[in-house]
Amino acid sequence: MLSIKNLHAKIDDKEILRGIDLKVKPGEVHAIMGPNGSGKSTLASVLAGNEMFEVSEGEVQFNGKDILEMAPEDRAREGLFLSFQYPVEIPGVSMVNFLRTSINELRKYREEKPLSASEFLKLMREKKNLVEIDSDLTNRSVNEGFSGGEKKKNEIFQMAMLEPKLSILDETDSGLDIDALRVVANGVNKLKRPDNATVLITHYQRLLEYIVPDYVHVLYHGRIVKTGGKELAHELEANGYDWIKKEFGDK
Amino acid sequence: MATEQDKILEEVTKGEYKYGFYTDIEMDMLPKGLSEEVIKEISKRKGEPEFMLEFRLEAYRNWLKMETPDWAHLNIPEIDFQDIIYYAAPKSKPKLDSMDDVDPELKATFDKLGIPLEEQKQLAGVAVDAVMDSVSVKTTFRETLAEKGIIFCSISDAIKEYPDLVKKHLGSVVPPNDNYFAALNSAVFSDGSFVYIPKGVRSPVELSTYFRINAMNTGQFERTLIVAEDDSYVSYLEGCTAPQRDENQLHAAIVEIVAMERAEVKYSTVQNWYPGDKNGKGGIYNFVTKRGLCKGDYSKISWTQVETGSAITWKYPSCVLMGDHSSGEFYSVALTNNHQQADTGTKMIHLGKNTKSLVVSKGISAGKSQNSYRGLVKVSKRAENARNFSQCDSLLMGDKCGAHTFPYLEINNNSAKVEHEATTSKIGEDQIFYCNQRGIDTESAVGLIVNGYVKEVINQLPMEFAVEAQKLLEISLEGSVG
Repeated sequence: MLSIKNLHAKIDDKEILRGIDLKVKPGEVHAIMGPNGSGKSTLASVLAGNEMFEVSEGEVQFNGKDILEMAPEDRAREGLFLSFQYPVEIPGVSMVNFLRTSINELRKYREEKPLSASEFLKLMREKKNLVEIDSDLTNRSVNEGFSGGEKKKNEIFQMAMLEPKLSILDETDSGLDIDALRVVANGVNKLKRPDNATVLITHYQRLLEYIVPDYVHVLYHGRIVKTGGKELAHELEANGYDWIKKEFGDK
Repeated sequence: MATEQDKILEEVTKGEYKYGFYTDIEMDMLPKGLSEEVIKEISKRKGEPEFMLEFRLEAYRNWLKMETPDWAHLNIPEIDFQDIIYYAAPKSKPKLDSMDDVDPELKATFDKLGIPLEEQKQLAGVAVDAVMDSVSVKTTFRETLAEKGIIFCSISDAIKEYPDLVKKHLGSVVPPNDNYFAALNSAVFSDGSFVYIPKGVRSPVELSTYFRINAMNTGQFERTLIVAEDDSYVSYLEGCTAPQRDENQLHAAIVEIVAMERAEVKYSTVQNWYPGDKNGKGGIYNFVTKRGLCKGDYSKISWTQVETGSAITWKYPSCVLMGDHSSGEFYSVALTNNHQQADTGTKMIHLGKNTKSLVVSKGISAGKSQNSYRGLVKVSKRAENARNFSQCDSLLMGDKCGAHTFPYLEINNNSAKVEHEATTSKIGEDQIFYCNQRGIDTESAVGLIVNGYVKEVINQLPMEFAVEAQKLLEISLEGSVG
């Protein structure tokens, strides 16, 4: 589904990603962990097409297509979803209007008819129940005045609505209390299907108690330095990142 | 990062003006220039009664003694008033009794603008008065309205057919010597609309005037007068466009509204005069005086404007709250792009007791434009318990434009409660990227964000107008994201 080869990316001439290789197959959950500043969020941004970063080398295939040449909106339409670390507020734009525009753009790309208002509202009710989001949130403007936890829940709700093939969750667990964390994790687990995949980007092992990954990758200095099963996450939790820094710091 | 933003911005703001065509039609014109002779000639050609000529001449004599106002945050090039044609009328049959009498070219023009003159094709519930250059072309639905006693016709007809009504109210809200441009308008105004709603009547349809400047080197000076008697209601819409020309054209209009006891008047404008090209060449100079008088107790006047056109806009729709418990509202969206300049806002003058006013102003600046809000809230000595709330928001797109807010308060009564809130924000690259990531392209994202920002104002417009206004905002910003 996703195949990253030797990906290099920089911002203002500072190289952040220095040769990432990663393969994600349908049905898999991957966790990408690593200390602060290792390039985790940059990887998420580059995959989503944020133009702040410049890709200097490498290739990324998604569904067999080279997505580095695609505009961010086309990547989204292909089924790539990013749950933002810091979701932005858009005052005056209702969640309903925003999501309906979004869904219908995706449908248009797939040459499907737009959803009618009633179909859309029905879908919204279904998904709201699925991810246990408060009704109230969808009546407000996009993220406006939402608490940190509400913003993250809202990202998961959007993910449920858009049914992406690949979801990248950028530090979705950071700053969440235990209840919000549970809601987010439940949502991700319920949305998991054999034909979609999830990449969790996280600093802590905490989220992985709720969402069990098939693979754990350790990102350090812009490279994946270690890959293992879920036990690798436990190891990191127990020993911290210092041993990684010691082992790979000089390279 | 900044350059990327500028690039997107430029793309979204370089949309073209789509009403810039010109209709080739035979015109009846006076030579350029302004003098007492020209004014006499205008009055004569229009077959006006003596009192109108006096009104005009007095205004002209006042105007000669006045100076161009320079207090606005505008860079107004000097206007040569002798280089303007003050009267231009499409040459056609003197009296239009039916659609067959309307020049086909003219009819085609309004069709192109989406303004149907034929009543059977009329959108349900809107009566239209179409004004091209100096003359009202056709007023629809006149007979239907007449059954209810509502008068809706061109001001020229009104002067001839209802001289007493006109004489009583014309200039009663905006006196001929009110300001420089009002004096000029009073001297030379060519046409416009007249509305009279009798006691206890609610207008069953929206009344609408469509203004079109067509001829070259002409100024457009239209004049609208709306009188709403006790317990009446009317909603009035105004739209305007002009051809694309390299030289600037002057538009100086006056709108007067009189609301008697418990009467309510809603006045909505979508102003889309030609704004000039990307380099600031051409465009309309729009100097307009709009004022409503809440004369009766419990009367209400509400202004809603969406201003996207004109090279220069100088416009302050105001409410004089004379009746006790009367209220005034002002909802405004002013969008400037490229080299446009706008200095717009309102004046709320509280004279009666328990009067209320509300101001919601949303400015959007893009390109190299300058956008100012200027608002006065005045509470007179006898105006017990006056209330005002003003909210002025500015949205900036890019870093070459300017947004300014000039609030003035004159409070002479201690019982007054006056609140003013102001915010300035920028459309962020992060907001656009967020939309992109949800499959929404940049242009649609800007449309979504801007329409969210102006929602409070757009909601005040009648449904069909609201849809048009939203589209207009999107078109006006085409090519300009940031």
